[in-house]
Amino acid sequence: MRVNFTVNGRPQQADDVWEGESLLYVLRERLGLPGSKNACEQGECGSCTVRLDGVPVCSCLVAAGQAEGRDVVTVEGLADYARQRTQGEGEGTSLDAAQRWQAAGGTDSRTGEGGALAPIQQAFIDAGAVQCGFCTPGLLVASDELLERNPNPSDADIREALSGNLCRCTGYEKIMDAVRLAAARQSEGV
Amino acid sequence: MDFLRPASWEEALAAKAEHPTAVPIAGGTDVMVEINFDHRRPEYLLDLNRVGELHEWEAGEDTVRLGASVPYTAIMERLRAELPGLALAAHTVASPQIRNRGGVGGNLGTASPAGDAHPALLAAGAEVEVASAARGTRMIPIDAFYTGVKRNALQPDELIRAVHIAKADGPQQYSKVGTRNAMVIAVCAFGLALHPATRTVRTGIGSAAPTPVRATAAEEFLNAALEEGGFWDNGKIITPSAVKRFADLCAAACNPIDDVRGTAGYRRHAIGVLARRTLTWTWESYRDARRTTEGAA
Amino acid sequence: MPANGAPTKITQGSHTKGGIGESTLRPDGTLKVTGEFAYSSDMWHEDMLWGQILRSTVAHAEIVSIDTSEALALPGVYAVMTYDDLPTEVKHYGLEIQDTPVLAHGKVRHHGEPVAIVAADHPETARRAAAKIKVDYRELPVVTDERTALAPDAVLVHEHRDDHHIGHVPHPNIVHRQPIVRGDAAAAAARADVIVRGEYTFGMQDQAFLGPESGLAVPEEDGGVHLYIATQWLHSDLRQIAPVLGLPEKKVRMTLAGVGGAFGGREDLSMQIHACLLALRTGKPVKIVYNRFESFFGHVHRHPAKLTYEHGATRDGKLTHVKCRIVLDGGAYASASPAVVGNASSLGVGPYVVDDVDIEAIALYTNNPPCGAMRGFGAVQACFAYEAQMDKLARELGLDPVEFRQRNAMEQGTLMPTGQPVDSPAPVAELLRRVKAMPLPPERQWESSEGADVRQLPGGLSNTTHGEGVVRGIGYAVGIKNVGFSEGFDDYSTAKVRMEVIAGEPVATVHTAMAEVGQGGVTVHAQIARSELGVSRVTIHPADTQVGSAGSTSASRQTYVTGGAVKNACELVRERVLEIGRRKFGSYHPAWATAELLLEGGKVVTDGGEALADLVDVLEGEAVEVEEEWRHRPTEAFDLRTGQGNGHVQYSFAAHRAVVEVDTELGLVKVIELACAQDVGKALNPLSVIGQIQGGTTQGLGVAVMEEIIVDPKTAKVRNPSFTDYLIPTILDTPTIPVDVLELADEHAPYGLRGIGEAPTLSSTPAVLAAIRNATGLELNRTPVRPEHLTGTA
Repeated sequence: MRVNFTVNGRPQQADDVWEGESLLYVLRERLGLPGSKNACEQGECGSCTVRLDGVPVCSCLVAAGQAEGRDVVTVEGLADYARQRTQGEGEGTSLDAAQRWQAAGGTDSRTGEGGALAPIQQAFIDAGAVQCGFCTPGLLVASDELLERNPNPSDADIREALSGNLCRCTGYEKIMDAVRLAAARQSEGV
Repeated sequence: MDFLRPASWEEALAAKAEHPTAVPIAGGTDVMVEINFDHRRPEYLLDLNRVGELHEWEAGEDTVRLGASVPYTAIMERLRAELPGLALAAHTVASPQIRNRGGVGGNLGTASPAGDAHPALLAAGAEVEVASAARGTRMIPIDAFYTGVKRNALQPDELIRAVHIAKADGPQQYSKVGTRNAMVIAVCAFGLALHPATRTVRTGIGSAAPTPVRATAAEEFLNAALEEGGFWDNGKIITPSAVKRFADLCAAACNPIDDVRGTAGYRRHAIGVLARRTLTWTWESYRDARRTTEGAA
Repeated sequence: MPANGAPTKITQGSHTKGGIGESTLRPDGTLKVTGEFAYSSDMWHEDMLWGQILRSTVAHAEIVSIDTSEALALPGVYAVMTYDDLPTEVKHYGLEIQDTPVLAHGKVRHHGEPVAIVAADHPETARRAAAKIKVDYRELPVVTDERTALAPDAVLVHEHRDDHHIGHVPHPNIVHRQPIVRGDAAAAAARADVIVRGEYTFGMQDQAFLGPESGLAVPEEDGGVHLYIATQWLHSDLRQIAPVLGLPEKKVRMTLAGVGGAFGGREDLSMQIHACLLALRTGKPVKIVYNRFESFFGHVHRHPAKLTYEHGATRDGKLTHVKCRIVLDGGAYASASPAVVGNASSLGVGPYVVDDVDIEAIALYTNNPPCGAMRGFGAVQACFAYEAQMDKLARELGLDPVEFRQRNAMEQGTLMPTGQPVDSPAPVAELLRRVKAMPLPPERQWESSEGADVRQLPGGLSNTTHGEGVVRGIGYAVGIKNVGFSEGFDDYSTAKVRMEVIAGEPVATVHTAMAEVGQGGVTVHAQIARSELGVSRVTIHPADTQVGSAGSTSASRQTYVTGGAVKNACELVRERVLEIGRRKFGSYHPAWATAELLLEGGKVVTDGGEALADLVDVLEGEAVEVEEEWRHRPTEAFDLRTGQGNGHVQYSFAAHRAVVEVDTELGLVKVIELACAQDVGKALNPLSVIGQIQGGTTQGLGVAVMEEIIVDPKTAKVRNPSFTDYLIPTILDTPTIPVDVLELADEHAPYGLRGIGEAPTLSSTPAVLAAIRNATGLELNRTPVRPEHLTGTA
């Protein structure tokens, strides 16, 4: 079957989709967006978390056909999504924004000090919340949505919001640090 | 496999009538796991996401008509006053991501004894609104809905439209035991609702019998004990022996198995503890509410 | 000078920004947070096929027949292969013992063993084809424990063993046996005022890395194959893959794809050979990705163990002797079992001074799932048991458990039960002191003005208690782990370092085959190159087999050994650079000949700080490149009868204090805090060090209270191969983990560093168990603890 939907603001079409395929599979294998991760495919790890019409869901449990006509944001689009949220939607692309977008190509991956990352992405790097990184995309999408809803979460709020995202490397402490850091930077307008 | 995408409830019923083997998929949190792990290859998947009314609820005088696909997140955040037991149950469902997709219709359709909503529905009192193209709508009392392990009273051509749940007329509680502090399937679960209006209590037990069950003997005992002691009127603390007897009867209502999640013995034991604790919590709330009311009067 | 340790003389590099000792950020961080980092399951190729493995549905059976005809007839299927289709006479592989069939031949020995493989144009087609393969099994009795393995009429798991251990094991169902006998334990027991005994059970833990086993094999024009793979050791894979394919190693090119965690679970091969076989058979790229269900069958697990201990002590709290017997279940194939036996036995007493010991460790062959490497192997199981014994003894003696441990704590110079002296700092008593000195978390943190916050109580969101039945407990533990490959293994790493001018700037390129599995080796390599070569720009070349072996990313060894190799190669590069400098500029300044010269800030400087030349000028028109192997000090095998020998190169120590709250009525546990103190020798990257300690600590917590693969003792089948029923800690299960890092240099190691990855996994588990015992008063001789064990309903 054919499925049409929007991913990270761009219309996408997938053809010859097997009816049992998940949204996760279509993103990863048909649309060239493997950022959402395939760790468990049973809704028990959160590493495939995407925003579906704004709502965080496990894309492994969304049938591809259910995404028809809907709006998906993946980790690949998180920086843009966060930027649009900050600037308000529908303003078009300012010259400033366009220049920042270009800067994304020149991100210095040696130090992780990139210019075009969402605040939560930068915070994960800075706080040491990334080890193997396989859980990271899902955690970023979930954390970003938490801070959108609740700019000053308590530790218990952070733990509850991220309780659907497993991490096997970090013991979560640096992830907590990263979310606290992003919240603090957000409140200081950094 | 065919993917059916009805745009309306009527189309969905027509599709189900035409393809009675079609597997309805809404939140996908059960069905997609089975597909991903090759446990199931239905001939037809019937997507209910486009049927808008399934995502809506209406609060009436006495009941809430809860659309089958209203996500658990909405239940726990927006129906806490009307459906406190179910809201607590919703909060124990899996993870935030799953709560954003899954709804009570899926729990009912799968009818797993471990479904988190069942004990709350049993305790609150509910009717399941199902419909078919051929015979229209019928209401199935929740007590008659679960017919066996992962079996329910639905006919092959029927779909779950909504569940009508009695609005809380008193305190309700819900507790679930899992071996992890989040994102866990119930080892066992217990729901309790006080119904001061009818001077009754209702219970629900999950994961401790082939189907979700009520502890009817425990309810009858407690109803009688509360009546006898005038507790509904005097608001006194329930005597510990009565609480213990209630807990024991709840434990006795279990018919559990040993499995990888827990032993039968543990499940029975834990249901007893949960019954005692939830009765204590709800009765405290009842007394608080009474005191507040009396204070105001 | 480090605040808490001996000084490490580091002249070169101490002024270079981004060098060792700084918490520089991961070079792969940006790619990982944007989703662009390419993990092995993300590999994609035009026209690629999907591979699928058919696995045995029973644990032990003869294969009567296999019929693949229906599978082959399915449209979209390109190949179906069984044992009979293997191209060469080499049909087995293995880390140490080549006992594992590439595809089952005549027999399956465990549930989930690969029987046939399929390549098709879509994963669903491949699955349907695999389902159409008909395998006729004739079931055999299963060997599942010591009793069934060693019975006089026991079924032999491997009938025709010819490995190098068969000569010294007492039974063919024993993979390896290592006794360690020192002093006279029986005589010492007579001196003991108190003797405690215990039998302990350690459940089967899974590595549960999140990135599933996966990779892409691309056939090449020369008849070879290029494999993009997530592994812990490229060259070990290569050594096992090439002979099965019938190819020389140079025709099997391997590139490390992104690795989504490992923890030992990627030391053995999984889908590597299968993907290559299908790619060579079909002439098309083949991708294989396990799902989570298959992953539980596709890699080895941590050995479950039964441990029997006897400890004695005098009234004044000194250990007299330790006797123990450790039975490890190795499952159907050997994997790392011999090394696990070596660690369990040689570290079986723990970080204590005991002169009289009598230790025996064995690993069994059974029909249970194969077990092998997982973080801290051998030492983890032993630590759980000996620390329980230490608490028991302290209680019997009426001593504080920390005080008792400190009285017996080993230190530099102590002899191990193997006779090997511990020749670098062993601050066991100090680690215990530090972890005990940390402030305790406040009581009843779950209380708030709005009632109990269930998220901070046992049971969490499940709303099982509002404080009822909740009791706090505190427990301590300390452990010892060896670093690096032991027992005479030639444990080396290779590094290639190049220095040149690119775009007007001196740039160092570090090329190793080290598997970056998340630990941060790539970060550290760049730091070392900056420190040693005085440059700011360092490029980390992707890991592949175009450079020599870097050994395994395991045994806490990579920073030590590959880090050591990078340091060594950098030093050689530096000498060459200075030679060039002397040649070009030596005549301009006498210091070129007389002073000690350093590379700093892109310049050649004297140790007095005078700049002699820009590296850009020195290296103009000349690139310097060195590829060199580097070894740590040699070790020797343990004597097979006495266990004596200098078997280990370095030891690593960590201590934990666990604070738990237990709902004693429901048997639910909430770990409130898990404090750790660890000696790391030298923290090359403090942020990464703490991340490793917290991660290791959490894996230890998991196996204390929830993680266990449950195998049916009647059928040897796995009952919970999914993340629904194999539970690992969520963020709501994981406490705050304060870490106190000690830096006492090991003079034998590069920069004085100590391998760190595993030690925190050891003591975490027994500390949590001790805290639960403290809260409940129960004996608790097995891990993980389930609610049943705390409520008498098991």
